[in-house]
Amino acid sequence: MTLTTGGVPPVRAGVAAAVPDGAPVRTADPDDPARKSGWDGAPRRKGFFTDTSICIGCKACEVACKEWNGVPEDGLDLLGTSYDNTGGLGASTWRHVAFIEQPAAPARPAVDLGMPARHRGSAGPGADRTGDTAGASTGPAERTDFRWLMSSDVCKHCTHAACLDVCPTGSLFRTEFGTVVVQDDICNGCGYCVPACPYGVIERRVEEHGPKNVGIAQKCTLCYDRLEVGRTPACAQACPTASIQFGDVEELRERAAARLATLHDQGVAEARLYGDDPDDGVGGAGAFFLLLDEPEVYGFPPDPVVTTRDLPAMWRRAGVAAVTLLAGAAASFLGRRR
Amino acid sequence: MAECHPVGFQWVMEAKARGATVIHVDPRFTRTSAVADRHVAIRAGSDIAFLGGIVNHILSTDSYFREYVVAYTNAATILRDDFVDVDDLDGVFSGYDPESGTYDTATWQYRGRTSVSAAAGEEEQIRNSGGADGDTGQGGDSQQHGHGSDQGGGRHSGGEDGSQDEASQGARGAGHELGGHGANLGHGQVDRDETLQDPHCVFQVLKRHYARYTPEMVQEVCGVPPEDFLAVCRAVVENSGRERTTAWVYSVGWTHHTVGVQYIRGAAVIQLLLGNMGRPGGGILALRGHASIQGSTDIPTLFNLLPGYLPMPMVQEHGSDSLADYVATIASPQQKGFWTAADAYTVSLLKAYWGDAAQPDNDFCYRYIPKLTGDHGTYQTVMDMLDDTVEGYFLLGQNPAVGSAHGRMQRLAMSHLKWLVVRDLNLIESATFWKDGPEIHTGELRTEDIGTEVFFLPAASHVEKDGTFTQTQRLLQWHHKAVEPPGDCRSDLHFFFHLGRMMRERLARGEDGSGPLERDRPLLDLVWDYPVDEHGEPSADAVLREINGVHLSGDKAGQPLSSYTEMKPDGSTSGGCWIYTGVYADGVNQSQRRKPGQDQSWVAPEWGWAWPSNRRTLYNRASADPQGRPWSERKAYVWWDAEKRTWTGHDVPDFPLDTAPDYRPEPGVGGPKGLAGDDPFIMQGDGKGWLYAPTGLLDGPMPTHYEPQESPVSNGLYRQQANPTRQVFPRPDNPSGPSGDEPGAQVFPYVFTTYRLTEHHTAGGMSRWLPYLSELQPAFFCEVSPALAAERGLENGGWATIVSARTAIEARVLVTERMVPLRVNGRTVHQVGLPYHWGVGSDALTTGDSANDLFGVTLDPNVHIQETKVATCDVRAGRRPTGADLLALVAEYQRRAGITLATGNQQRTPVGDQPSPLTGS
Repeated sequence: MTLTTGGVPPVRAGVAAAVPDGAPVRTADPDDPARKSGWDGAPRRKGFFTDTSICIGCKACEVACKEWNGVPEDGLDLLGTSYDNTGGLGASTWRHVAFIEQPAAPARPAVDLGMPARHRGSAGPGADRTGDTAGASTGPAERTDFRWLMSSDVCKHCTHAACLDVCPTGSLFRTEFGTVVVQDDICNGCGYCVPACPYGVIERRVEEHGPKNVGIAQKCTLCYDRLEVGRTPACAQACPTASIQFGDVEELRERAAARLATLHDQGVAEARLYGDDPDDGVGGAGAFFLLLDEPEVYGFPPDPVVTTRDLPAMWRRAGVAAVTLLAGAAASFLGRRR
Repeated sequence: MAECHPVGFQWVMEAKARGATVIHVDPRFTRTSAVADRHVAIRAGSDIAFLGGIVNHILSTDSYFREYVVAYTNAATILRDDFVDVDDLDGVFSGYDPESGTYDTATWQYRGRTSVSAAAGEEEQIRNSGGADGDTGQGGDSQQHGHGSDQGGGRHSGGEDGSQDEASQGARGAGHELGGHGANLGHGQVDRDETLQDPHCVFQVLKRHYARYTPEMVQEVCGVPPEDFLAVCRAVVENSGRERTTAWVYSVGWTHHTVGVQYIRGAAVIQLLLGNMGRPGGGILALRGHASIQGSTDIPTLFNLLPGYLPMPMVQEHGSDSLADYVATIASPQQKGFWTAADAYTVSLLKAYWGDAAQPDNDFCYRYIPKLTGDHGTYQTVMDMLDDTVEGYFLLGQNPAVGSAHGRMQRLAMSHLKWLVVRDLNLIESATFWKDGPEIHTGELRTEDIGTEVFFLPAASHVEKDGTFTQTQRLLQWHHKAVEPPGDCRSDLHFFFHLGRMMRERLARGEDGSGPLERDRPLLDLVWDYPVDEHGEPSADAVLREINGVHLSGDKAGQPLSSYTEMKPDGSTSGGCWIYTGVYADGVNQSQRRKPGQDQSWVAPEWGWAWPSNRRTLYNRASADPQGRPWSERKAYVWWDAEKRTWTGHDVPDFPLDTAPDYRPEPGVGGPKGLAGDDPFIMQGDGKGWLYAPTGLLDGPMPTHYEPQESPVSNGLYRQQANPTRQVFPRPDNPSGPSGDEPGAQVFPYVFTTYRLTEHHTAGGMSRWLPYLSELQPAFFCEVSPALAAERGLENGGWATIVSARTAIEARVLVTERMVPLRVNGRTVHQVGLPYHWGVGSDALTTGDSANDLFGVTLDPNVHIQETKVATCDVRAGRRPTGADLLALVAEYQRRAGITLATGNQQRTPVGDQPSPLTGS
């Protein structure tokens, strides 16, 4: 909504070269966020599928992201939170690997998610809970051993992106790849986007992190510059175990569903997808996850909702209220004449 | 592996996705454990008990691969009947001399042989030392800890007569020589009982030796519950046999011990019993600490080796000092295999060194090679510095002030030098110890008193120069320069080329222009003519070509050799490292090949180049049954083509191509034809895999459990506490703490172990100066269990002081359930985890006390590797004292523990000190 296509070439030159068969694959999905933002003939939506079940916590993604994007070092503090000395996403941390140490716990009852998950047949979370998983030591009902969970977090590139909705300058925009990017030379540092993000991803850079872009809102660009020339984002490129997978969101969702089914077949009943559902509160994330526990365990909100979801209704109500007020006022004048 | 080799670990994850079971045995729960199917917490330093328990399980349940074991191992071979095992001698094998702390190995031999002599091995044995096979390799991390001389493999000695000169072998670290090919057995004529029933056959000796290693004993020694242990046994056994293979992967957690070589031997015994050697998906894989540690033993940075595992000659062993005498010590014409051409390899090396100056009439300049006079390993050299007998020191990508054991000894030794050259990416602690080291803070050193002249020369990184990496599979991979090195940074090749050039120019002029001296001829006669580019950088490609070797005369003069079999002893060929010959075959740099995996066979022979002969898996004759047929279709790799009468398969066969499976050599036949058609382990003198090593090892023919130099528990098997042949250095500056039930042992009640984190590299020279890595692990910390934290009042995020018999260091505290207290021998043993990346200095982005300062120097007898994976300590809450108070604290601990020079330094444990706690239990 901030960028329309008047005169802008819909597909930049480099993208075509990126596609193996030579022809840019364009989205046909009428609900595609890029298309809805006015990109005609946009390429298919790009995103990440982060499979935390095979993350080894090496943090190569964090380093590759900072290297490529020139994100400054943001503090040499030992946090005392397992091997996580990064803390969380922010203006100078666009990838963050969480480390969660779960003590050996007695059998826990399966807890249903508080999130609106789309249940795709047997692949849905909990689908196998009642199945025969005897012998599986990793299911929540059976698991009694210690676990060390690792997960690389990143901007979700929401289908309905509140940061973008509230940006008054047009600095935040929807790219032809369906991603959400800040243009740091346009951002005026107003900070409206910061509280708008339901995940707490975007943030303004503070001076301690160095002279570059101080006060400017910063976050993952899904390596927009690399995408433009057909390259994989730096984090996915660096990931040694393919925990971070980059590709067409549509295809990644299929891959994620298949991986989930495999894990469920293996008795990992607590495996679940997070953010893959187009019907969730943000219209589905461009960057979604396979988790081995509830989202809160990883620091994710269980039921994220685009913070601007209710704006139209609010404006409608405000409009109705205003009309009512005006009508009332007019009526009172009219009435007085009587 | 996920911690230290995350890139390689992707293949483990891929294997897991394809159904492999991943088991992780480690004192702590690491990033590897997090994704493994099972993590087994083990007490640091107890692995031989664990491995021995698996051997016992295999033997007592008849789970071994009988056909493989009978045909391909020495299980059937009969031993001398005067061999006595440890159980009857309270912890030592027969032949032990308590005076010298060494063995006479005569009684360890096969029946009918009083001794065995230098190897049978051929190229094959040599290459084997490389690392993919059973008993090689700690290479890795000696450099990690910066010990130039110890990086050779944990391979067994290439000794001459087994009974001959153990002391001499120990002195020169003979374990590296000839690739540690073990011993020659003449022509493999040994007595065998293929029913495996003879009480003196290896199989029965092995069975008796490991009978005590029951699951209960494993629990008592290692702290591993029987159910966990048996689950591992079952997984390994079920995944071995005709259809399946199991691989073992280790790194310095196995090698940095006073009995490290025997750890690897333990895995070798298991793999041979289960038929997992020489087959796809099998083997024992040594993970190295650096990208080219394998290369640094092939073309060695070791004091006792010449390129290609040729031994460095010693002064007293070769009286006449002639080339013929030297070659005779390597191989005899009667023995089996390719070592019989050692003269060709040596002469070609001499021609590569000295070119036209090397002629038959001057023994090809053999006398130019410096001769060893004794042990010049890293730790001996450091002690020699303290004695002021070593004046200068080059440190090339090595940070001993942080990375080596006993950091204080390292720094004090360097303060005795006249000059020190440090070539590194950053101003590492070894370059700045004279102004900001811990001893400056304690007052032990004063900057103005240190006469060491330190030259710091900034180095180019691997992306700033051409060259090869040789990794653990013996694969050479070329890397291209991506960017010019910044500023004054230069490659090591540049440094040494120009250093040599300038020295030669100066020596050629002589003092006052009086011309060269005769003594300088070895330097002046060197071939030193590498082409340089516009920046003065020598061509790495030309160096590789020289290593490969060329024809010097005849029709092919000037052409690169295609195989070491083309090498001649007459001076008509040159070659800098015979096992690398072929890397420049056809005039092409074969190490540059990068054909994608999907475009070639699954063995991927066209990716890089593997020595020798581009062979990817060693001993692969064992992938076929004695008749030459694959053990199974699923595991087919190399097999005998009866029609074409040749060995063939997916890989380059590791066997004489035309030797049929049913071939049996006539007595007296030497060379490759001396190998029978079912002798897959062509490195060994009898062609068999050694479950029992009759010679070659200085500390026993079979792995047997000994406690580390410092241990809070007594040896549960016998009186002998620690390896009776370990190298001890009873010096006032190298004290050890009491162990087991010795008085004072309770002063250091905890076990500590050291390791690396993914975020940093070794002693930190490549990571603590980088903001993006330093912020990920910004401070030195110790990892402790909640129980130990409660016992000592430690708080997560707070400070702890860790005290050993040598010093005290401080660290931030991480309280984590990843550290688990173990029940060992009826008591709780707490383990403390310490990453060793940090050091005290002023230049790095993140500094801290060095974990390696806690260690003393005690070494494995075979390869001089230091014990830096386990020792004992105390832990206190809060920061350590500073200045002289720190020294006082350590002295107080030493006094309380009653430490003397003798503490821990008696190789044979005295009678009466250590009642065997498990006896009668």
